[in-house]
Amino acid sequence: MAKSIDVANLDIYYGSFLAVHDVTMTIKPQTVTALIGPSGCGKSTFLRSINRMHEVIPGARVEGRIELDGLNLYGPGVDPVAVRRQIGMVFQRPNPFPTMSIYDNVIAGMRLNNKKMKKAALDDLVERSLRGANLWNEVKDRLEKPGSGLSGGQQQRLCIARAIAVQPDVLLMDEPCSALDPISTLAIEDLINELKNDYTIVIVTHNMQQAARVSDFTGFFNIEGTGKPGKLVEMDDTKTIFSQPAQQATEDYVSGRFG
Amino acid sequence: MSTTTDLKAEQRAAKPVLQLGDRIFSGSAKGAGILILVVLAGVAIFLFSEAFPALVAPASEIRGGNGLVAYIWPLVFGTLLSAMIALAVATPLAVAVALFITHYAPRRVAQGLGYLVDLLAAVPSIVYGLWGFAVLAPASVGFSTWLNDYLGWIPLFAGPVSVTGRTILVASLVLAVMILPIVTAVAREVFLQTPKLHEEAALALGATRWEMIRMSVLPFGRSGIISGAMLGLGRALGETMAVATVLSVSGVVTFNLISSSNPSTIAADIALQFPESTGLAVNTLVTSGLVLFAITLGVNMLARYIINRRREFSGAN
Repeated sequence: MAKSIDVANLDIYYGSFLAVHDVTMTIKPQTVTALIGPSGCGKSTFLRSINRMHEVIPGARVEGRIELDGLNLYGPGVDPVAVRRQIGMVFQRPNPFPTMSIYDNVIAGMRLNNKKMKKAALDDLVERSLRGANLWNEVKDRLEKPGSGLSGGQQQRLCIARAIAVQPDVLLMDEPCSALDPISTLAIEDLINELKNDYTIVIVTHNMQQAARVSDFTGFFNIEGTGKPGKLVEMDDTKTIFSQPAQQATEDYVSGRFG
Repeated sequence: MSTTTDLKAEQRAAKPVLQLGDRIFSGSAKGAGILILVVLAGVAIFLFSEAFPALVAPASEIRGGNGLVAYIWPLVFGTLLSAMIALAVATPLAVAVALFITHYAPRRVAQGLGYLVDLLAAVPSIVYGLWGFAVLAPASVGFSTWLNDYLGWIPLFAGPVSVTGRTILVASLVLAVMILPIVTAVAREVFLQTPKLHEEAALALGATRWEMIRMSVLPFGRSGIISGAMLGLGRALGETMAVATVLSVSGVVTFNLISSSNPSTIAADIALQFPESTGLAVNTLVTSGLVLFAITLGVNMLARYIINRRREFSGAN
């Protein structure tokens, strides 16, 4: 189920502006890869280009290759909608569908796949997904209530349940804890640890302790100055990045020395 | 112990400190709110007092000679029928136009189109009436004949087909064009406000653009569509000149949309009859106005009820 991602010479544009330049990296299946770096360095942009969400913005485009187990996601004839069904995404701010109940939120992706499922199978899927997101015990008695009535941390776990309900190959997380309190953050981090048994996870975070706690590999993005494109400075084992990185810039960033 | 109790009593008694500007603003806002109520109450009192003589008059003295209900009922029917048809035609069209402007059209096309739709609202209603009378009515005869030939078994299109085309169907279509801009404008505004977050949530799950619209834009815009439709319905119910110009009336109650005998509407009837009315006839017309007032009030309350019923799921929280 979990698949590997190969990125080669990827340039990402907003219109004519080159936002991220020449990224090459390999992400192994069933691992957690953290992307760190200062604000505006293009980590979120890079993350969004993995499931072709980048091109939703008018004028945004990508040059280069991203392969999912050898299949070029930007190849001719590849439907971005199909890509997004294989690669789930969790956003910075929890975004359950406010007009849907908790139950309907979880099965929203399944509904899109037009799979006719029996009620019992759907019930089972909802329970499995909510258990997978460590949310089942908190919401099992109010599945018909709107998802927007939950706390921020619960909403984010609901979004994770929604993303894993369609059993994607990869799970992308764009600063999933930055709007949450420390206890909810801990809950999500524990969840990430469990989820990596089944999924390939890529997480963007500003929190370096979080990157150190949850990830197996870490990629450091940096930007030389405003108006310049962001670049992948280096990528390695999380331990190596945080103890003896190859680049001086990485060491400065992870140890809190800048400039 | 007693001192703290005293202190608390003192705090309760003390007035909150208010800046002068705050006081002026809250006063004028309160005044504006009260003014609305006063105007509304004034209108209601006028309607009731002027309608009263007609309400107590014997049936034979009312125009038509069969009493108030017999006079007003066909008008109520015509008002509701034409407004409902207009709404049924205009709302889906308005939602489609608004979706095209906000989610499908390239930015430049969208701006131009939005501007054009707004221009529709600036056309005076008498112009719509003349257009309906001189252009749409004659042009509709062929279409009505076709409807009658092939769908004549539906009571709506039973015929006989009006040769002038001045039917309630044409009047309703004119009304639909007239309410299109307001419904479109409201729908467009609320579609534009759909949080990017919700749209992206749907897209990231692998929704196509239409599925994204169905999952995030339409549910978010639901209450906006309803309020836009109700605004349009209000305009359609009260529209006077266009209907008075287009419709050839005969005071019947019929669902037949394409024949030459059509029910009039309350507003059009008042406009046509008022100049020649005196005494009790005026009171009768005011009574029909009171009924229109009540219908509009009812429509708006129903709309509020529909919007509030699903407030929990509205996305406002």
